[in-house]
Amino acid sequence: MKKYIYTILLALILAMGCSKNDEEFLDRPPSSILTQEQIFTDPSAVLSVLGDLYNRYEDFGRLDDWASVADFNIAYWSEAGRYPAFQNDGWGFGSWGIWNYGYIREINLFLERCEEATQLEASQKTRFLAEARFLRASYYFEMVKRMGGVPLILESETYDFSGDASYLQHPRETEAAIYDFVISEAEAIKDILPTDADSKSRATKGAALAMETRAALYAGSIAKYGATTPQVALPGNEVGIPASMAEGYYTKALTAAQAIISGSAGAYALYNSKPNLSENFEALFYDKANNPEAIFVEDYKVGGGKTHYFTGWNQPRFGAEEEEGGRINPSLQFVQSFELLDGTYAPLANEVGGDPVYYDNIGDIFQGRDARLAGTVILPGTTFKSKPVDIWAGIVLADGSIVSGDSRGQEKTLPGGSEQVQVVGFDGPIDGLEFTAQSGFYIRKYQDPNTGSGRRGTQSDVWFIRYRFGEVLLNAAEAAFELGQPDVAAGYLNQVRSRAGITTPLTGADVNFDKIAHERYVELAFEGLHFFDLKRWRLAHIVLDGNPINPTEVTQNIGVATKRETQPYSIWPYKYYNPGDPNDGKYLYKILRLSRITGADRFQFGNYYSEIGQDLINNNPKLVRNPNQ
Amino acid sequence: MKAKFYIFIFSALLLVTSCSLDNFDEPNAMFSGNIVYNGEAIPVARNQVRFQLWQPGYALTAPIDVTIAQDGSYSSRLFTGDYKLSFVPGQGPFRTPSDTLFFELSGNKAMDIEVTPYHMIRNSQFSYAAGSVNASCAVEQIITGTDAKAVERVTLIINRTLFVDSNSGGEGSIAQVDAADLSNLGNINMSVEIPSDPKKPDQSYIFARIGVKVAGIEDMIYTQVQKIEF
Repeated sequence: MKKYIYTILLALILAMGCSKNDEEFLDRPPSSILTQEQIFTDPSAVLSVLGDLYNRYEDFGRLDDWASVADFNIAYWSEAGRYPAFQNDGWGFGSWGIWNYGYIREINLFLERCEEATQLEASQKTRFLAEARFLRASYYFEMVKRMGGVPLILESETYDFSGDASYLQHPRETEAAIYDFVISEAEAIKDILPTDADSKSRATKGAALAMETRAALYAGSIAKYGATTPQVALPGNEVGIPASMAEGYYTKALTAAQAIISGSAGAYALYNSKPNLSENFEALFYDKANNPEAIFVEDYKVGGGKTHYFTGWNQPRFGAEEEEGGRINPSLQFVQSFELLDGTYAPLANEVGGDPVYYDNIGDIFQGRDARLAGTVILPGTTFKSKPVDIWAGIVLADGSIVSGDSRGQEKTLPGGSEQVQVVGFDGPIDGLEFTAQSGFYIRKYQDPNTGSGRRGTQSDVWFIRYRFGEVLLNAAEAAFELGQPDVAAGYLNQVRSRAGITTPLTGADVNFDKIAHERYVELAFEGLHFFDLKRWRLAHIVLDGNPINPTEVTQNIGVATKRETQPYSIWPYKYYNPGDPNDGKYLYKILRLSRITGADRFQFGNYYSEIGQDLINNNPKLVRNPNQ
Repeated sequence: MKAKFYIFIFSALLLVTSCSLDNFDEPNAMFSGNIVYNGEAIPVARNQVRFQLWQPGYALTAPIDVTIAQDGSYSSRLFTGDYKLSFVPGQGPFRTPSDTLFFELSGNKAMDIEVTPYHMIRNSQFSYAAGSVNASCAVEQIITGTDAKAVERVTLIINRTLFVDSNSGGEGSIAQVDAADLSNLGNINMSVEIPSDPKKPDQSYIFARIGVKVAGIEDMIYTQVQKIEF
């Protein structure tokens, strides 16, 4: 009997193991995938999907890519691996190109699926739909800025595997048509989106209007200034907007900006929380608690899994929280373009008639300027996180010779001295030594004053402001100026300028194109907007003309929009050492070009619109090439 | 032993058999020539001016870029076949032929492409004196009438190597100067000091040429590179 027991058991297992419910037993819902139905019945799941789409928003300047906000010679890049950017002569035609129709398709799918959802509350559903449309319009706006007119795909398409994909090939729209699409989408969704100035990282009415005013302004200026560069146009207007459309766009830009300024989109205002105007301008970018200026941002959270290392990359090297920092070094040209408080331009007074000017304190040469200077740039003699920076390049002796070092804070014995003294600052500047303030300056804008922001393990959660009230004012000013309303333009400019401490208000007669361009240059620097200003005004090929800048022209023509920007210059502070002389111990300044800067950037006509890759044209022969490529 | 033998046989077979299907003949036709005006080559900046060759009759057409060397010549090694040649609009300091050129290529072919420059540089003279390079030239306007374009600047460029142009940054020029006075295009004088660079060895010669920038046209027209000994 015993020898049969296993056979019987085996038979029993086989017999009992089968049942008529096998299929049900094996058909388990997957635990790692959510179905369409599960997503679009639960508002929080829909928000997660939308959050992913928000995360893929395309920015030109990004805090997690420090060089992207400091390009085009507004700053020197104090990192050895980046010096070649100052040794080449320009950019490839493919630079800055984007073509992410995968993202567009996913937004279109989201819109279609959310539209079909039946179990969402109507108010939530319309908001989700409007937000997705905002993101889609934002991406088309980003594409038209870089590529010109692109195919406008507004529904998801599916390949039918017939072997003929030609029905999926769409030609490029005109540049104006894409701008029109962005503007009309903004108009359509602005009243669906919430009117809430406290909601910064999700689309609001303010964000839609801010996008509309920027898009309309860009389109208007391409229409107007595109006439100066007939080479940058295509016969089908895939690139180029007819000049006759300029006025209509400028009017739309002004109307949309005024809708924000009047408060109809929420309580937006210029940030004005600190009595010290420079600190106020600095805080505008890191104060997330009570900031009426930010309209739409990319937010970060320390401890929440989303941080960036902008402060770590750019913090003053001396006393930094990591053994690095100091990468973005704003150029002399940028620093000197900040006006004096009475609204006039002046170069930094380092020499009078060939003789050096001696200053009692290292920072005195920068005194009496636009408060935004100290709010944007870390100047010699100022502090960051309450620690003073130590920026000075060496010691000038009585005979004019210089004693300096080649490592940070090096000590040497001066002639006639008996003991070693420090001959160069701990922040440099030392020519060619990375992470020192090689232009004489560090960047302050977007640096995070919180402890730990410069540590790799903690990092920073300062947000990146995509749209802010200050830009809206400047958009309104430019549009009003172009529409022949200089008094209106002066009013908006003065709001921005008085926050910067400039005492002399502009009148309508003072407003000209250079004034508008200058105000945008200093107010919106390091925010990823300068490049598109150069492009839409068709100035890029003039200011980036491939010619080196000579030392005499660098301090001239401050505030002129066509001033050459092909190379960044530096200004270095030195201590004067001449015991017994009244100037002993004072500071003097020297202007120089760093030895690593050997190239001069040249922006070609073919750079105005990025190249559409050959692989894309192979897939879709209906795409027209961009001009000059 | 046996395994090794099989591996040897197998790889030998691979070598012998795999070459016929997926290999084709290398391009064997050399297409070369100059960009000329009245038979005179037009010097331009190195790797800046190009034209495109298209080979019609294929499903996917991608242009073959041919860049023009700094002395105005070009060359490209191509497959035998029919080609059409076209200039990219806005390329080059000249007005290009409006018609597309068709030609058949089999074996080597030399072809000069006739274009009309906006201006030509005539009578260029270079000399060395006391650490500076002096140059003079005349600028002759070729295209007149409604299509005429003004001279924006005339530049003297010097470099330590044979490659001289104002577009390649430090690679193409060690110093350059714009002519101060353009009022008389028949007689333009420039002088540029040769910068000293202690990091580089001394040399008793320098290369120079003159470039003319025409308003609204990106590419400059140059003289031929001149070697100046001193």
